[in-house]
Parts: sequence; C-alpha cells; structure tokens
Amino acid sequence: MSIATVFEIVLAAVVLGLGIWTIVVRETFSATVGFVAYGLLVALIWVRLDAVDVALTEAAIGGGLGGVLLLGAAARLRDADVMAAETPGKVVRASAAALSVLTTAALAGAVLLLPDPAPTLAPAAVANAWATGLSNSVTNVLMAFRAMDTMLEKVVLLLAIIGVWSLAPDSAWGGRPGPRHQADPDGVLAFLARLLPPVGIVVGIYILWTGADHPGGAFQGGAILASMWLLTIIAGLADTPPVSRRWLRFILVAGPCLFLVVGLVGLLFGAAFLSYPPALAKPLILGIEVAMILTIAATLGLLLAGAPERSAKP
Amino acid sequence: MSGTTVFGLCAAAAVGLGLYGLITNPQPLRKIIAFNLLGSGVFLLFGVVGRRGAAAGLGNDPVPQALVITGVVVAFSATALAIALLLRLFKAAGSATLSSAPMRADPDPSGD
Amino acid sequence: MSLVRDMITIAAVSAGAFFFLAGTVGLLRFPDTLTRLHALTKADNLGLGLVVLGLLPQAGGLRDGLKLVSIWLLGLLAGATVSQLIARAARHGESTR
Repeated sequence: MSIATVFEIVLAAVVLGLGIWTIVVRETFSATVGFVAYGLLVALIWVRLDAVDVALTEAAIGGGLGGVLLLGAAARLRDADVMAAETPGKVVRASAAALSVLTTAALAGAVLLLPDPAPTLAPAAVANAWATGLSNSVTNVLMAFRAMDTMLEKVVLLLAIIGVWSLAPDSAWGGRPGPRHQADPDGVLAFLARLLPPVGIVVGIYILWTGADHPGGAFQGGAILASMWLLTIIAGLADTPPVSRRWLRFILVAGPCLFLVVGLVGLLFGAAFLSYPPALAKPLILGIEVAMILTIAATLGLLLAGAPERSAKP
Repeated sequence: MSGTTVFGLCAAAAVGLGLYGLITNPQPLRKIIAFNLLGSGVFLLFGVVGRRGAAAGLGNDPVPQALVITGVVVAFSATALAIALLLRLFKAAGSATLSSAPMRADPDPSGD
Repeated sequence: MSLVRDMITIAAVSAGAFFFLAGTVGLLRFPDTLTRLHALTKADNLGLGLVVLGLLPQAGGLRDGLKLVSIWLLGLLAGATVSQLIARAARHGESTR
C-alpha cells in the first residue's frame, strides 16, 4: 500500500467521522460547524479524484457559501433549539437505521462491482474540443456539449430566488432582504471589508478567465464575487438592495436570457438549439460566461441574504 | 484496494448517514443538513465513476464532473429556499418544528 | 541542484506539518477560547508559511511562486481578522454572562 493510499484512507475516515458527528451531535450549531468542515474536506477528496473544477465549486459553494447560509440559519433559530421536538420512537429509528445500512450496502456493492474497463466520455470530449477553442474539457461540457443543463440550472437559480422573495411579509414586499448589519466602522471587520473586495474581485474574474484552459469558471468565480458582496453587507458598509429594483432584476435574468437568445439564434441559423458556429464559439461562450458570472454572483448573494424583511422606504 | 474505491465506499456511507439523519432527526435545520450530506455522497459517487473513466490524458471524465458542478449549484439553491421557508415558519409560528401540535396563539405581528 | 531544492522542500514542509499538528493538538486540548485561538495562529501563520516556503522551490515559475505567496498572505489576513472577531465575541460573551 503506497503512502498516497494511506493518506486517502485517513482522509476518507476523517470525512466519515465528521459526517457521523454532523448527524449525531446534540447542538444544531455544532452540527453546522461539522458540516462546513466536512464540505471543505470533501473538496480535498475531489482534488484526489483529479476533479479540480469540482473541488473549487465544492469549496466555494458547498463549504463557503453553504456554510454561511447554514450558520446564519442556526444562529437565528438558536432560541427554537430549546423547544423540545419529539424524537421519533425506537421502531422508527431502528427501521431508519436498517434502511440506511441497506442503502449503503447496495451502493458499496455497486462501487465494488463497477464494470471494468469503465465506460468513459473523456476521449469524445477531448476529440471535439477543437469546436470551441477552449482546452478545459469541463468548461467545454458545461458551456457547449451539455449547455442545455447549464442554461436550465440558471433557470433553477432564478426560480429559487423567486421562491425566496415570495416569502416576504406584506409589509416588506419588494423591500430589502435580511437584517441591516451594524458593525463598528473602525473595527476589524470593516477593515477587512475594505481591504479584501478589490483582491477578491480580481481573483473572481481571474478564475472566470482561466476557466477556459485551466480549472475554474463562472460558478467558482461567481461564488467568490458573491462572498465579497456579502462581506461588505455583513460589515455594514453596504445595504442589501430592495428586490424591486429594476437593475437588480435585469442582472438576475441577464445570464439565462443571453443563453436563451444564443440558443434560439443557433436554432434559426445554425444546426440546432444552442449550437455555436465554430468560428464564433469562443467569443460566444466567453460572452455568455461574463453575463453568467454577474447573474450567478447576484443570485448567490441574494439567496444568502434571504427573504425581504424591511420595507424599501426608510 | 485503490484510493478511488475507498472514496466510493466513503460516499456510500455518507448517503446512508444522510438518509438516517433525514428520517430520525426531528429538527428541520438538521434535516436540511442531513439532506445535504446525502447529496454530497451522491456527488462523490459521480466523482468515483468519473475517476474510473479517466482517459485521453484527463484524470477524470469531464461529463460527470460538469453534472456535479451543476448539481452543487442546484443543491445550494434548494437549500437556500428550504432555509428561507424555515425562517419564515419560525417567524410566523414562533416555532421551528414540523409537528402538528398547535402553534403559538399570538403569532408575530410582522408576519403577514 | 534539484537535490538541494528537494531537501529544502522536505525540511520546510515537514516543519510546517509539525506546526499544523501542534496547532491542532492545542485546539483540541486547551481549556478556553483565547488559548485555543493562540494555538491556531501557530498553524495558520507559521505552518502555512512554512508549507508555502517549502513549495516555492518546486513552483514552475515566477507566476506560480507569486500565486503561492499570495495564498499565504490571504491566509494571514483572514486568520488574523477572524481570530480578532472570535476573541471579541468571546470577551463579549464573558462580560454579559
């Protein structure tokens, strides 16, 4: 057994231990912290699986933004924690345990009995990379070969934000999401919120740009931009915009709309829906990605900010 | 046993753990966390299948990778919607349980 | 020449791993929030710094080296800020208890 395999077994054991801790620990806050640590270590597993694009996404969205979301909810529900929710009886727990063990055993069996040699689409993805001019195969799959998935995923983001906004009470309809954060304007958080965003914006755009040829892309870059926006909001330097603002809604639909327009143009003048002419493929994909990174950053940030709670008028 | 298989077994266990937590934990926020654990196990299974399909100079099949990236973002938006629903329930009913017990008599006036 | 570079890498990364280990032991064993934060700074600043220092001779070029150093600087900034915030929250919690 090589050192690498020993490291992988230790990593898997730690991840599993954190997973168990997340499920069984008493306090919800501890479970949340456990889940954030779990998410970051899962990102390491993705690196070991040679899927760096996924590792970046998992670290940025699964561990980072998801962690902020869960921690925020746990903090606001802390008083609710005291209320005793009835735990299910022994029979339910025993049958749930049996079901879980059966599921795990079936999946473990499936993993052990996977066909050899494994079926793969990697050669096809590499062989057709000329059509887009990008050399990162994952970006090729996301933006060209399976662009429909990515476009519909933007629509899912849009539906989620509509769902969150529709939870606003009447008094705050169309108002500002979340509480107004107050922080010491000369404090260390405000200092960080002034220092970090310029660096973070550069890093986010770099990750979008480098996604053409190296691991990275609009999702990962957008998550970084969203976190910079949230940092200034949490530090009290900026307020969340009222959700009825027209420019905000324009940014939210810009990504999916541009995607849709390019797709329809492909249907009218090209071979099929979302088909790019090879000569224009790279500029088209980059254009869609630029619109998408703005949409993703705004949507992720607003999803984290939550439902409108304050009226737009002061 | 290769490292990929180890991660595959870890992913299978994460799915089982998440399923158990989803059924047995009474608090909605814990159910959301358990569901995310289940989801991350499923994503890891994709990663293991993709890793086995390494070919043509790529360390991992790009198609499952792209599906997982899409899936992570969709899972995040579903989680955000679930948490917004939960916070709204807490604000409107003064409790954050899914039990059918009678809710607090004086709901928050700011709730619709 | 490559032997010297590898030796520097092994020495610095091992030292960095030692500080990470010490920081983790401290995080698990120390009694209160402030001492645990003190233990974490060893892992954050010194451990990460030594790992980055050890990886610099292996970097492909100036650009990769600068990226590594900027990761360390960002880690320092984040670590310092977050420890400040946690320490303040801990002190605030003590005074209101």
